Amino acid sequence: MSQYLIRRLLLFIPTMLLATILVFALFSIVPGDAAVFLLTGEDAGGRVTNEDFERLRKDLGLDRPIYVQYADWLWGVLRGDLGQSLYYGTPFGFELIERFARTFELAALAIVMAFVAAVPLGILSAMKQDSGLDYASRVIALIGIAMPTFWIGVLVIYGLVYGTGWLPPLEYAHLWEDPVQNLKLMLLPAAVIGFHDMAFTARVTRSAMLEVMREDYMRTARSKGLREWVVVGRHALKNALLPVITVSGYQFGRLLGGVIIVEQIFVVPGVGKFLIDAINHRDFPVIQGVILMTAAVVLLLNLIIDMLYGILDPRIRYS
Amino acid sequence: MIDQTSEQATLTREALPAPGIASRTWTNLLRFIRTKPLGAVGGFIVLVLLFVAVLAPVLAPYDPRSTPAAPWEAPNSTYLLGADYVGRDVLSRLIYGARISLYVGMGSVVVGITVSFILGVALTYAGGIIDTISQRIVDSLMSLPGLLIALAIMAVVTPSLNTVILAIVIGMIAPVIRTVRSQVLSLRELDYVTAALAVGAPPWRIILRHIVPNCFATYLVLATYYLGFAIIIESSLSFLGVGTPPDQPSWGGMLVRAASAHVKSGPWLAIFPGLSIFLVVMGFNLLGDALRDVFDPRLRGR
Repeated sequence: MSQYLIRRLLLFIPTMLLATILVFALFSIVPGDAAVFLLTGEDAGGRVTNEDFERLRKDLGLDRPIYVQYADWLWGVLRGDLGQSLYYGTPFGFELIERFARTFELAALAIVMAFVAAVPLGILSAMKQDSGLDYASRVIALIGIAMPTFWIGVLVIYGLVYGTGWLPPLEYAHLWEDPVQNLKLMLLPAAVIGFHDMAFTARVTRSAMLEVMREDYMRTARSKGLREWVVVGRHALKNALLPVITVSGYQFGRLLGGVIIVEQIFVVPGVGKFLIDAINHRDFPVIQGVILMTAAVVLLLNLIIDMLYGILDPRIRYS
Repeated sequence: MIDQTSEQATLTREALPAPGIASRTWTNLLRFIRTKPLGAVGGFIVLVLLFVAVLAPVLAPYDPRSTPAAPWEAPNSTYLLGADYVGRDVLSRLIYGARISLYVGMGSVVVGITVSFILGVALTYAGGIIDTISQRIVDSLMSLPGLLIALAIMAVVTPSLNTVILAIVIGMIAPVIRTVRSQVLSLRELDYVTAALAVGAPPWRIILRHIVPNCFATYLVLATYYLGFAIIIESSLSFLGVGTPPDQPSWGGMLVRAASAHVKSGPWLAIFPGLSIFLVVMGFNLLGDALRDVFDPRLRGR
């Protein structure tokens, strides 16, 4: 097993490194660099001379060869320095981490809610295959997958305004300062994202359960005279949940995409607003930072899941 | 079991007198509708989308850019689905929006899936260090959600329908390459590929004659799914205000104003564009599910 863990750990490093190269390359191969956008953007105004342009390029370090720029940037990232915002001219690393923490809280809340709803739904669906319940839960899953998250968000806001006249508070509160206020704000957006994820997780749970149900050991367990809930809980669920957890982990990235959108609707000061503002301002270092952070979080999460898998799955544990 | 069914299928096909192509297509179509009613519903939704998109100028009662109504006019007999915040007819914008969804969806899928397919087959076949490196690149690309990749691309290009397509394509390449790779790897192990190798067929011949035709079903199924994906990403980008330029009636863009400051002003503006996206994506997914069942019986019921 240790061999598996080491190999998996070693795989993480080149993948992460490649992610930094991709992120960096995207903003370097574009026609015209940051200096062009800064000087010719809507906010620049006035006439620009070639000298202005060259001076700015020098200030930003854009006149150096590309690999020097990359090495410089990577060295900064490794020391925890993501650079300065082009638009505001200030370092943004700290704010980014703070905002990412909120986004992460929202995503985690959504995943928990999705899991709590999806797993029982998926199990019931598989146990009573082709029943009305199975059909209903499959339809819910299909609806959840096809409904864009932002539309669910918009509908929820409308439902609240017309139905109850209540809206989630706009004032953000820290989880550790005012947990009630924080949860009041986070619960609805989390439910919206969770609904989408639930649909997917329920589908995966159903097919994983169906797969396990066909195994020989299930028949053995039943013929031993074990009660049905023991058979399902101890023998089926334990084996079916592993792939469900893996797939959910890999889904986390997609979930973050949904969070970015839903944050806009519910005015959660997470990374979403930060990113959209940065895109509108062509604030490349900030966009780079957000993408790099997302990639790091997702890759780390996948690493942890694979490691857990190695520990939980006897087939890998003993190999 | 799979072998048996395909053998039976060959037998019946040979035993029956060959019917005309037209009637055979009809029979197949009728059988598809009978055995896959949900898939047929999906196919119907897709056909309606095609119909509306093609005939938009005939069907739309107003020019989607003109402002004949009063701002926020509620649905009535003149403006069936009401008007938006500047007085544009919502129904006409929805009808023209079908064109954008279809154009972006088809464009992304034709370009994206085709490019990923060629890359997937070629890289897998190249093997060795090239395959390893490309797999690591795919890994790191896959650590980013498609929407985030698309957002990053939109930051460096001028927003237009074609750059939106480019952004979506780059966001979908990695997972498609991954799927194609696993398909190619398993096809390569099959006996007829070994046989072809044994008689000395060059790699290009094996790829073109044996691998690619057997990937066709995967291609079709992936294309159907990713059409839904592309439409969602397009509308998400437009909803976030960085996608399709605002003067074009994108369904996602129509929801922007509905979501923000004007919550109390007009629920019709929040309901209908979202409903259109939902139905169309649902249609493509249902069709994709049914096509997968038809082409790949091993995955049936998943």
